[in-house]
Amino acid sequence: MSERGEAIVEIRGLVNRFGQHVVHHGLDLDIRRGEILGVVGGSGTGKSVLLRSIVGLKRPDGGTVRVFGEELERLSSARRARVERRFGVLFQRGALFSSLNLQENVALPLIEHAGLSRADAERLARVKLALAGLPPDAARLNPAELSGGMIKRAALARALALDPEVLFLDEPTAGLDPIGAAAFDRLLLTLRDALGFSVFLVTHDLDTLYSSCDRVAVIADKRILVAAPLAEVEGTDDPWIRDYFHGPRGRAASQAARHHSSPNGEER
Amino acid sequence: MPDNVSRPGRLEQDAHRLSAIGDWTLPHYASLRDAVARVHEAESIDLERLGELDTSGAALLVDLLGPDTVRDVDRWAPNLPAERQALLRAVADASRSPLFAPPSPGGGPLAALAALGQTVERLARQQRQLIAFIGLTLSTLLVTLLTPWRWRITSLVAHVEQTGLNAIPIVALLTFLVGAVVAFLGATVLRDFGATIYTVNLVTYSFLREFGVLLAAILLAGRTASAFTAQIGSMKANEEIDALRAQGLDPIELLVLPRVLAMTISLPILTLVGMLSGMLGGALVCALALDISPTQFLNILQRDIPLRHFLVGMVKAPLFAFLVAVIGCLEGFKAKASAQSVGEHTTSSVVQSIFMVILLDALAALYFMEMGW
Repeated sequence: MSERGEAIVEIRGLVNRFGQHVVHHGLDLDIRRGEILGVVGGSGTGKSVLLRSIVGLKRPDGGTVRVFGEELERLSSARRARVERRFGVLFQRGALFSSLNLQENVALPLIEHAGLSRADAERLARVKLALAGLPPDAARLNPAELSGGMIKRAALARALALDPEVLFLDEPTAGLDPIGAAAFDRLLLTLRDALGFSVFLVTHDLDTLYSSCDRVAVIADKRILVAAPLAEVEGTDDPWIRDYFHGPRGRAASQAARHHSSPNGEER
Repeated sequence: MPDNVSRPGRLEQDAHRLSAIGDWTLPHYASLRDAVARVHEAESIDLERLGELDTSGAALLVDLLGPDTVRDVDRWAPNLPAERQALLRAVADASRSPLFAPPSPGGGPLAALAALGQTVERLARQQRQLIAFIGLTLSTLLVTLLTPWRWRITSLVAHVEQTGLNAIPIVALLTFLVGAVVAFLGATVLRDFGATIYTVNLVTYSFLREFGVLLAAILLAGRTASAFTAQIGSMKANEEIDALRAQGLDPIELLVLPRVLAMTISLPILTLVGMLSGMLGGALVCALALDISPTQFLNILQRDIPLRHFLVGMVKAPLFAFLVAVIGCLEGFKAKASAQSVGEHTTSSVVQSIFMVILLDALAALYFMEMGW
């Protein structure tokens, strides 16, 4: 196992544009091994675009993104596919394959990449679905039959299919009820501690930030304003950050977190 | 330690003790699973020489030892790093509930018979649905006709452009080619009787009565019925239809009527284009291969071909258009929220609408023949 704390994703001087509209300009950010990095920012500041440029779904218009020390852009397609297998991505709306049932959704990468037989892959898929907190009879349901919370869990199970080293989550708790969201946060921590992956977590959910994140990166003005442990970010003197963390919702979440959490964020 | 040095995981059994050795990871899953299946009963296992471990390896260990034993991993393997223990515990917890869903029912002659019955029943239901949907569309149309402020002219014109205007080139080209082919066929067969001049009658009869409208309708079934199904189907998948209903808007009035009306306007125009273009193709072949000049072609057309043939062809156009559009829209509404379902219903709408067009055309041909028109 490699050292915890080393940077596995390094973004330097990233530029992203859509036509005339500049989303990122000179953005720097690291994701370190084993951490849960929360990414926050107002709507339309390019959080999802940042995620897409790291996993290679969007070609950056400038700057470099190095993943495990390599630039995806420069790799041959075979080597690129090998690097991409070490990612797990949970898309904002789940993006489950609508014509496959849940266990087939999770089994697909296992069959395609790990070369397992269908029976083995589906068996393992059921373990992953159970790990993500889904009941056993959910394995044969189709995505259209699921509630929002179950879709997120199933998408998490699919993201975990190949035991990724980095997990990219795009607003995993958006649209969940508070109990479901808290359970998802707890699940993420448990799995991170058990499986030891790093997490890049785009979120608007202040409770998630307080309960799970080791570091928080704030995107504003087309770059990362600050990337540091939460306490440090809260103290940063910036009008947006002040409004965000010290507004009514931010205060409530921070109080709630102080009331019932130990220093490393583990909840009982 | 470097990642690429891989030591295949294996299971070793000496006197009393099992040992897990090497990497228990996804790449070695198949061989490890076989090894685990060979061991019948195991109380504990030595994990001292275990290399990498991931969820799949942990799942196998749980298979081997049972979830309850693995849950107490700190009792029998206290030296295991904490995160490994956490992983094993997490997988053990996940595996505690029964994982196996009931197997799907098998095949056999009885199942085939059941499938046949289900197909027949589905076909019958499909026809019933089609008739009901036609009724719904017509009654909505009637209500809308009486309330002119609810006419959706913009949407109608947009759909006429897409289904009619944009289809003119392909309809014209296709009928032109078929016209030329029919003329060639006529010329070849009629030459033996010294009656090549009747090629003109053959081309004009067939295009005015049948081919103009039939070719245009089949093209629209492939081009537009499929588009209607895909549009409405993906709107349905995205809950947009529900959103319309929830706002008190009628999807039939908003989505179906403009499409159906646009089609009933477009197809007669396209039929005319098809007739003219098919006869043009025939005339070209006549001029080039049979020495029948275009003037002569037009003379024969004017002298020999009564107007009623044109009318027989034309009256079918609105009917075909209505059916093709209604089938396209209905299949869209039947689609479920999956990519596969939208695809299936798109296929079904094209097949059904072409089938209906040809069936109705055959019935109409019989009728018109009996009536002597």
